[in-house]
Amino acid sequence: MSSGNPEKTALYAVHEKSGGKIVDFHGWLMPIQYEGIVKEHQAVRERVGLFDVSHMGEFTIKGNESKKFLQKMLTNDLNKIKDGQCLYSPICYANGGIVDDSIAYKINDNEWMLVVNASNIEKDFAWFEENKTEDCVLENISAQTGLIALQGPESEKVFQKLFGQSIDSIEYYHFAPAELEGVAVTVSRTGYTGERGVEIFCQAENVVWLWEKLIEAGQEFGIAPIGLGARDTLRLEMKFALYGNDITDQTNPLEAGLAWTVSLDKEDFIGKAALVAAKEAGLERRLVCFQLDEPGIARHGFAVWNETHAIGEVTSGTMSPTLNKSIGLAYVDLEHAKVGTSINVEVRTRKLKATVVKPPFVENKTK
Amino acid sequence: MEFPADLKYTNDHEWVRVSGNEVVCGISDFAQSELGDIVFVELPQVGDEVEQNKACAVVESVKTASDIFAPVSGKITKVNDVIATTPAEVNTSPYENGWLFAIELSNADELNALLSQEDYAAQYAKS
Repeated sequence: MSSGNPEKTALYAVHEKSGGKIVDFHGWLMPIQYEGIVKEHQAVRERVGLFDVSHMGEFTIKGNESKKFLQKMLTNDLNKIKDGQCLYSPICYANGGIVDDSIAYKINDNEWMLVVNASNIEKDFAWFEENKTEDCVLENISAQTGLIALQGPESEKVFQKLFGQSIDSIEYYHFAPAELEGVAVTVSRTGYTGERGVEIFCQAENVVWLWEKLIEAGQEFGIAPIGLGARDTLRLEMKFALYGNDITDQTNPLEAGLAWTVSLDKEDFIGKAALVAAKEAGLERRLVCFQLDEPGIARHGFAVWNETHAIGEVTSGTMSPTLNKSIGLAYVDLEHAKVGTSINVEVRTRKLKATVVKPPFVENKTK
Repeated sequence: MEFPADLKYTNDHEWVRVSGNEVVCGISDFAQSELGDIVFVELPQVGDEVEQNKACAVVESVKTASDIFAPVSGKITKVNDVIATTPAEVNTSPYENGWLFAIELSNADELNALLSQEDYAAQYAKS
C-alpha cells in the first residue's frame, strides 16, 4: 500500500530468520533474495522453489449479478471458463489503459475470487467499488488470505508427498479445495515462472505452518525459498508482463501482446470502445522481446533506437540466469517489432546492438 | 565478512591497495554482498583521467546497476579484463581476482581522506 508504514506478510519473521534480504517492495517488506538471485532462479528451473506471495490481493465477488459485474470490469470473457477454472485478464480504464492484471477464479456463476497485484490492492478495490452498480457483494479479503507458490519440475513430488495427490489431478489454470491435517486450503495450478507447480491459498493464520510443512516435505527434493529478485528473472524469461513495468495505465493490452485476453466480441466492458478503436486504427507500437548482442544490461526506462531515431523504450531487462544472455522487453514502433529486427539500446553513454527475438526466451513448461 | 587490514576504504565501499604511486581498486566484501550476483562490469579505459569521488565504472548485478567512484584522482593504468568474461569473480574474490582497475596517483594527499580498515569495518561489518 502506498502510504504509511510498510506492510508485512504473516511470513515476515520466517523470511528474516531464513536469511532473506528484506526490501520495501511497493510498500511491502519482502525478501528480495535469500541465497542469491541466480542460485534461487536455478533452484526453480532445475528443482523446486517456494515463494511467499501473500502480499498479492484477493477480492471476492458474490451475488446474482457478480458475473455481470466482472464481465464489465475484465477485458477477458468469463464465458470461457467453467466452475473451478481460472482466467487471466487485464482490467482497463475507459481509455484502454491498464488498471491492473488479474486472475479470476470461478467458484460458480454467483461466486468469484479475483487475485490482483499487491501494489494495486487499494487502487483496484476503489475502482471496483466506483463501478459497482450491479447487485453483488464485493469484499477485499487480502489481509486474511495467505498465498504460497510452489514451482519447479520437482514441485509435483513435494505436493504429492504432502497432499497425497498428483498436481495433475488439477488441470492447468484450474483450482480445487484440498485439506492438509484438517486445514482447508485452495490449490491452484497457476504460477509466474513457466515451470510446473501450484499456488496454494490458505487463511493468513495458517501460512507460516503451511510454509514450514512445504519446506520440510521439500528438503529431499532440494527445495529453496525464493525471493522477489528471482521471481522477476523467472517471469521475464517467460515474457510474463509485470504491472508497473511492462503494462501500466499508459499502455493498452493489445500493444502489450495480450490480445488473447481481450474479448472484443464480448457484449461490453470498460475500455472496449477505446480498444476497438485502437485496433481499427492499427497499433502504433508493440511490446517485444530483445536480446543484447553486446555486453551490458538493459534496464527499465532506457531508450531504444534505430540507426538515427528513438523508436521506443525498455520496460524490463536483466541478465537471464538460464541463458546467460542479456535480455529485455521494450515497446518499439510497429515497423521495428518484427522478430529478427536489429535495434539499439541506449545504456548510459553507449548504444548497444540488440535483436528482436521470439517469445518466450526460455521454453514454457507449465503444463 | 572480510576487510583486509592492509587496504584503505571509502564510504562508497571501494577499497584501494597502495603500492608506491599506484593504487589498485575494487569493491568491498560488503558491497559485493549487498549487490548480489554480479553479471556485468563496465570498466574505464587505460589512459582515462579520473577524479576522486566521481563515477568511473559501473557494476551491474542481476537486480541493479551501481556506480563505482574513483577513490583517488589520477590516470587509469590497468583494468581487470578477466572480469569482463567472469564478472562473478567480484563476488567470490572481491580483493584479489575481482579487482577492477589501477590508478596512478595525481595527488597522494587524497589517500588521507580514505578510511582505515578499523573505521570501515566498524561501520559496515555485519557478521
